[in-house]
Amino acid sequence: MSIDWFPLRLSLEVAAGATAVSLVIGVWLAWLLANKSFRGKEVLDALTALPLALPPTVLGYYLLVLIGRSSVIGRAWEAVTGAPLVFTWRAAVIASTLHAIPLLVKSSRAALENIDRAFERAGRSLGASEWRLFWRVSLPLARRPIAAATALAFARSLGDFGATLMIAGNIPGRTQTAAIAIYDAVESGDSRTSLILVLVISALTALIVFLANRLEQRRGGAVL
Amino acid sequence: MLTAAIRKAFAEGQDSAAFTLDVQFEAAAGVTALYGPSGSGKTLTLDMIAGFAQAEAGRILLDDRILFDSGARVNLRPQERACGYVFQNHALFPHMTLRENLAFAAQGLPRLERHRRIAEQLDRFKLTALAGRLPHQLSGGEKQRGSIARALLASPRAVLLDEPARGLDFALRADFHELVQQMRASLEIPILLVTHDLEECFALADRMLIYEAGRIVHRGAVSELRSSPGTAAVARLMGGFNVYAAEVLALDPGRQSSRVRLLDTELDGPHLPGCFLGDQISLCARPEELRVANSPGKNRIRVDLVRTKERAQLVDADFGSELLVSVSRERWAEVSEAGPKAGWWVEIPAAALRPLSSAPAPR
Repeated sequence: MSIDWFPLRLSLEVAAGATAVSLVIGVWLAWLLANKSFRGKEVLDALTALPLALPPTVLGYYLLVLIGRSSVIGRAWEAVTGAPLVFTWRAAVIASTLHAIPLLVKSSRAALENIDRAFERAGRSLGASEWRLFWRVSLPLARRPIAAATALAFARSLGDFGATLMIAGNIPGRTQTAAIAIYDAVESGDSRTSLILVLVISALTALIVFLANRLEQRRGGAVL
Repeated sequence: MLTAAIRKAFAEGQDSAAFTLDVQFEAAAGVTALYGPSGSGKTLTLDMIAGFAQAEAGRILLDDRILFDSGARVNLRPQERACGYVFQNHALFPHMTLRENLAFAAQGLPRLERHRRIAEQLDRFKLTALAGRLPHQLSGGEKQRGSIARALLASPRAVLLDEPARGLDFALRADFHELVQQMRASLEIPILLVTHDLEECFALADRMLIYEAGRIVHRGAVSELRSSPGTAAVARLMGGFNVYAAEVLALDPGRQSSRVRLLDTELDGPHLPGCFLGDQISLCARPEELRVANSPGKNRIRVDLVRTKERAQLVDADFGSELLVSVSRERWAEVSEAGPKAGWWVEIPAAALRPLSSAPAPR
């Protein structure tokens, strides 16, 4: 019996998408929290960390309320694209993104705050716009820890189960990710499939964590 | 011309006492030194001029532009202030080569012009051979030249130097002084130099602002302050002066002289306009103007040697109670041989004594 690789491929695709989205949003939020003072900053800070603490099913429930077929966002999406947003791979991306963001925000914020203020001041006094300062100075100086956090965020998105199940469902060949497929295989007694998926996911995750550690370690090197 | 009047109060913090910065000054083209102890508000002043920190009240003008005006609610961003800031740690971007660092500052220029200006600047600061190196591959002096070259490339209308020579050894310090003198000669803009090194003020500055606890307690041309510090407080603050309490015993305006009692000894004193017999006054004298001898004589005081410190050309001999004397190495070799047997005398020539106003230092 040949093994169905679709769940693994879907997982990798969803994780890649979620990582890309959360990288953009996460670094932006991190920059905001690190550099600006505004009303509600502490609330935003707490909100970004919340997905880390909430049970995944609770998170999934909120997402259902937020983007479900009867919600404003869900109906708008359906009106534009002609198909519902929930129970598609896109919903899985959203669930995984939410899972990945807290990690990225926390690490990126610490990395951005760690940059010697003199560099940013120097950039400003040389006439650089904030935008240019971010791309040419802040981001390059924080690139290693941000890259490490991105790797971990990818690993985290790869393994999301609860929230994905809640809003993307368990539709084999469409929304069944590896984590869900493993659960399914165990439930139906398909120990070969579950074992292979478990081993592959474990190996992948171990590789990513190793990579992230390497990135993190070299940060203290001579260059920075 | 830079004109600043800034005020900011800081409440008492967890590990800091309450502090108020309240200063007004003008800085014309040339080097103005902000001199004073750590924590007296010198760097904060620079930060407010550069726009890194905001004053509560006041006004900062650079040439005809208002950088900050609390009344009119003007507060230009650092980007718009055209102040070249040279940081203590140089702040060269560590991920860019020296050339890229300079290019960052020349961003606004058209491409060809930019390349020309960068090449010129590298050449001027003797950095051409090092242009491809990253900052961590440069020596302290090279980094310093690089950071000044970068700051000037942005065509600033004022240069702010925050203790740039701190931590440099003697030779690099000399290089740095030369660099500032070049800058002063070639640019007709105000250069503000924060330092707590008096020698540096004397070597580089045209004018000095003496800071103490958030205020400017004295100001003036360096040459003036050097020869006549004006008040006892400034003389002490500036260091390099022996300050004495003295009593006026006799006045002879006709011969432009006087008799004073200081350190329990009667001495010939200088012309003391505005003084009366019996006045208690302050006098100061520079260590280089005192003499060491091994025998009694006119205006000499019998003393004991406390300690000596050897410098490059001079020996500082400390005889206690405000009797620090700097003599040449040759002279010291002569007197120090006889000193232990014959005894020590310090001669205070009448011309070396300068009257100080005993009033508290003006703001």
